[in-house]
Amino acid sequence: MTAVTAPGAAKSPRASKGAWRRRLLYAGVALVVGYCLVPFYWMIVSAFRRPANQFENTPLPAPFSLENFSAVFNPDNGFGRSLVNSVVVAGVTTVLTLIVGVFTAYALARLDFRFKNALLGIIIATSMFPGISQIVPLLKLFTDIEWMNTYQAMILPSLGFALPLAVWNLNVFFRQLPFELEQAAMVDGCSRGQAFRKIIIPLAAPGVFTTAIITFIAAWNEFLIARTMVNEKDMQTATVAISKFTGSATFDQPFGTQMAAGVVVTVPLVVMVLIFQRRIIAGLTAGGVK
Amino acid sequence: MATTTKEPPSAGAAKTPRPPKKERDVQGSGRLSALLLSPTIMVLALVVGYPVIAAFRESLYKRGEVLDAQGFIVESERFVGLDNYTAIFSGENADAFWNAFYNTTFFLVVTVSLETVIGVAMALIMHQALRGRAFVRASILVPWAIPTAISGLLWRWIFQTDGVANAIIGRQILWTTDGFHAKLGIIVAETWKTAPFIGLLVLAGLQMIPREVYEAAKVDGASAFEQFRRITLPLVKPALLVAVLFRMLDALRMFDLPFVLIGPNKDSVETLTMIAWQEANNLRYGPAAAYATVLFVYIAVLAYLFVKLLGADVIGEARQQRKPSAKRKKLGKVSA
Repeated sequence: MTAVTAPGAAKSPRASKGAWRRRLLYAGVALVVGYCLVPFYWMIVSAFRRPANQFENTPLPAPFSLENFSAVFNPDNGFGRSLVNSVVVAGVTTVLTLIVGVFTAYALARLDFRFKNALLGIIIATSMFPGISQIVPLLKLFTDIEWMNTYQAMILPSLGFALPLAVWNLNVFFRQLPFELEQAAMVDGCSRGQAFRKIIIPLAAPGVFTTAIITFIAAWNEFLIARTMVNEKDMQTATVAISKFTGSATFDQPFGTQMAAGVVVTVPLVVMVLIFQRRIIAGLTAGGVK
Repeated sequence: MATTTKEPPSAGAAKTPRPPKKERDVQGSGRLSALLLSPTIMVLALVVGYPVIAAFRESLYKRGEVLDAQGFIVESERFVGLDNYTAIFSGENADAFWNAFYNTTFFLVVTVSLETVIGVAMALIMHQALRGRAFVRASILVPWAIPTAISGLLWRWIFQTDGVANAIIGRQILWTTDGFHAKLGIIVAETWKTAPFIGLLVLAGLQMIPREVYEAAKVDGASAFEQFRRITLPLVKPALLVAVLFRMLDALRMFDLPFVLIGPNKDSVETLTMIAWQEANNLRYGPAAAYATVLFVYIAVLAYLFVKLLGADVIGEARQQRKPSAKRKKLGKVSA
């Protein structure tokens, strides 16, 4: 920038240095974008290939074909059903997480009570626990009470994983709201409950929404719980179903079909990410966590 | 008070309201907070707290066939003390355990270091970018949004023998079979998916550094490298440490990616979570719980050391300087 204003003789070398810098920067940006998008692009390209040309490496699908997609929805795979399962599990997990999490986050952000920081610390710490140390005993418990192959067997553990991060994110959002608003409402005669309902919830709506998106994506991407708690085809979620697709021959992995199914599962998420990217980034960086 | 047993801390607070906080405490917030907190505490106690304790208890038992009083063979669980643990560390399962332990640690060290370097580089580039920021930011979220299991399949497809990876490097490597190249495959896939995440968090940290600091350094004649080492790194360190801590915890419990990309029962990529899962799936809950408990302790120790040695302040940041940082974050967003 300074190069433009620099006078006379100094101009050309500095200008060319600036141009080089800019070129380098664009190359860097291209590198970052390529790094992130090229593998994803390969998934899309492979999905649109004809199964007969599946192993071609041309950058565009030569005869464009939707055969892989029709194979995805072949009744043998039960993929439609597994999508419904995914929506139910991720949706219910998200709603429950938010209902429980909003109140807790509000209490942590707004109310004074002893051991608050300790409690916040414990809640954060639970998000660090390895999933397997919860899954082994829960698998045994759910087997005993015959909860295997049920929605609640997937939702309840997911809730435990999602809740700490949701509480943390919401807590950060609640803290950013000025406390005076609530006090003013209470001076005007609102009870604390009313102040919460009429002032805080509407103001915190963006934060709640952001947390909802992040929770939903995390629950949608869940694999370990769904793989463990379910062994019936009718109850598997989409991620598990795709990993279990079988080809015509036993050891022939149907990559084209799997890539097409991957596109079906991923594209809604990617669209969501594109639309809400600012919110998602705010949410991710607010918590500093996944 | 029904909540007394469930929630001792805040119930205690309700009984003894503290005078200095009185002005904020408008309407008995102790009881209210107990009410608001109890659902979360119950869920966490049930789904996280109970299983960890149950896993430890389980790890002291072994399921097996024993003779009952009438001489019939029955399935039962008997208390075996630390037998499951000795079996892990030095007994029949020792090889599998130490292999998985080594793999988990190897993946942790290699992937997290790679991700940190690539992530910081990405953040620096994105921070300098003048145009197309929204596009870059959106594309960086794509690997994060793809389910790990799907990205495992995607990379399995890329790493096929006649796949595109081999076509590019012009070799015929059997990536997805057991062996060191399988480890490489996991590392590539894992780094691809998570380095952008670190980049994102570091970028947020970079945007909070005021421009004047760099201008002052430039006036003092600091080179670009010096600026990076003496200004950028120290100021971005808190955000980076939190990001690395959470990546570490994730890398330690890795499961989906090796399971889908390479498959179960492959020595070269088997992680602690995978062998624990394998045991549990075969109804050997005792050893499974012992593996899980060992992993739990391993993670707790590493997280503790990381926080203590490097001073990653996970909750403290929001606790102490919450107002200034919140404001600065808003400023950063506006200027972005």
